[in-house]
Amino acid sequence: MEMNALDVLNAMKNDEQPSTKRNEPEKEIPNNMTGDGKYKVLIENLAVAYNGKKAIKNINMKIPDKAVTALIGPSGCGKTTLLRTINRMHDLTKGAEVTGKIIIDGENVYDSYINPILQRRKIGMVFQKPNPFPTMSIWDNVAAGLKLNGVKDKSILNEIIEDSLKMAYLWDEVKDELKKPAVALSGGQQQRLCIARALAIQPEVLLMDEPASALDPIATQKIEQTIIELKKHYTIIIVTHNMQQALRVSDRTGFMYLGDLVEYDKTEKIFKNPEKELTANYVQGRFG
Amino acid sequence: MSRDLLAKKRNFHWDSIFKITATCAGAFVLLIIVLIFGQLMSDSWLIWEKEGLAFVTGDRWNPVEGREAFGALPYIAGTLVTSLIALCIAVPLSIGIAMFLSEIAPTRIREPISFVVELLAAVPSIIYGLWGLFTFRIVFKDWFESPTHEALGEHIFLFRDAPFGLDILTASVVLAIMIIPTISAVSREILLAVPAIQREAAYMLGATKWEVFRMSVLPYAKSGLIGASILGLGRAVGETMAVTMLIGNAVGPKAFPFGFFQQGNSLASIIANEFNEASPVSMYFPALIGLGLILLFVSLGINVCAHLIIRRVTNAHEGGIKGF
Ligand SMILES: Nc1ncnc2c1ncn2[C@@H]1O[C@H](COP(=O)(O)OP(=O)(O)OP(=O)(O)O)[C@@H](O)[C@H]1O
Ligand SMILES: [Mg+2]
Repeated sequence: MEMNALDVLNAMKNDEQPSTKRNEPEKEIPNNMTGDGKYKVLIENLAVAYNGKKAIKNINMKIPDKAVTALIGPSGCGKTTLLRTINRMHDLTKGAEVTGKIIIDGENVYDSYINPILQRRKIGMVFQKPNPFPTMSIWDNVAAGLKLNGVKDKSILNEIIEDSLKMAYLWDEVKDELKKPAVALSGGQQQRLCIARALAIQPEVLLMDEPASALDPIATQKIEQTIIELKKHYTIIIVTHNMQQALRVSDRTGFMYLGDLVEYDKTEKIFKNPEKELTANYVQGRFG
Repeated sequence: MSRDLLAKKRNFHWDSIFKITATCAGAFVLLIIVLIFGQLMSDSWLIWEKEGLAFVTGDRWNPVEGREAFGALPYIAGTLVTSLIALCIAVPLSIGIAMFLSEIAPTRIREPISFVVELLAAVPSIIYGLWGLFTFRIVFKDWFESPTHEALGEHIFLFRDAPFGLDILTASVVLAIMIIPTISAVSREILLAVPAIQREAAYMLGATKWEVFRMSVLPYAKSGLIGASILGLGRAVGETMAVTMLIGNAVGPKAFPFGFFQQGNSLASIIANEFNEASPVSMYFPALIGLGLILLFVSLGINVCAHLIIRRVTNAHEGGIKGF
């Protein structure tokens, strides 16, 4: 028995060594990098438990820089949970416990010397439910992050706010009433406002949790264009229930099921020729 | 067939019973208010007949038969001034406590402290009064009032009177201590009710705890916090025992609150102090009941103001917890 376990361990090590030696992607991730071919976020042995109950287990992922990575999977499989580990949002959730590493630019964001507040300023997030600041105007909502970062100059603020709202395809609808309270917007408009708010801080990493779930097809299409545009500069991770959307915008796709990352590969491969039967069933809509 | 069956299964009796019960309960509340109001009105009728509005605006107080004079103004002012001073002290502290409990304290500490705060809210006012009378006023006079009087008494008229320990400020501070538990307990609930996604919106942008509080929590909870403060104000206005024991119980023009260290009086405490002596056949008794009627109006007025303020705050942005 003991020999057996040791053998397995050795086999695993040997398996790993050639691929990690020159900082190349792991075996199951083919080298099909977009952008400049670097990894921005490394997820290592990541697990999250809520009140002792595991929600995601031992996830390993390498998220490429200047590319879009999609997370798909049935409801409750842990996509949001995984996304929230990246900017340490779980710090705020009672009973949530994160183990493992998230390495961004060579630093483990869970290291004790890392200040999560500074970390979050580099990472934008669009939440599953729109959550604009209800008492603030549209303008103030987008300006909020910039003001926190010490931008005070009105003309700079105006410029960035306009750009952000344009990228979120909200500008045309609100440009004449930027002083209107954010809660007076429709649900889909609020979602786009939240996208603009996240874009305004010009994050290096952008986390989007079903950003198009409340949007009509035209707005969805525009947001998708924005995502494709943004990946020239940013690393984007998007959770989506829309297979077509994952196919259209992402370079890589991770399929999650019951807290496991079942398969993670080039998007084309996941959809056309997945390794695992579970993945094939899911992307072809045979369950979920 | 099956549709008929379903329709028969529905029972609308409970709905009617519910409606009738609820209407009765509502009517009962109205009835009580009308009865109280009517009783106060009829018992104080004589004083209104004799003095008219001068009863509200007058400041003399003399129950001696033949030389009777009754004016409520110093006590109205005393009630308002002590309550407002108490509120100014209590609100920032209470919101600080609530903020600590909801935002900063680890769960381990949060539970016991919250429990103690709620316990304090349940302490009867006579206990606060006794503590104020036998302990607090002495310490307060020696450590705060006397030094302040010596330093500022000559320059600022508010500190002019030589402190004695039983005065407007002592009563106000003890009032503040009494309403802090109420305001903080309610405020804590209000802060905890702010949805997590509101906080996360600010955290996501890289806000510190204080910035999250300022950007997300406070605006969302504003109207609720105002409601909590008004709740405290209501308690302060009607508070009788502790104030009576500490305010000095001055009567007549000199009860008008012109300085922190001056002996004053409030509507509730003058009633409590004097109604034993008032004979129901003299003017004295209607005068005291008249003070009760005024106190009722002051409380109602505060409530109406509270509603107006809360409505203004909530209408301004439509967000937040509506009403209270
Ligand atoms: N705050 C929480 N406390 C306790 N359990 C939680 C919490 N958040 C999520 N969970 C649990 O963790 C699991 C994963 O949830 P998660 O929100 O990550 O799923 P998801 O993949 O984003 O689902 P969906 O597609 O419906 O958004 C679920 O079983 C859920 O019940
Ligand atoms: Mg989710």
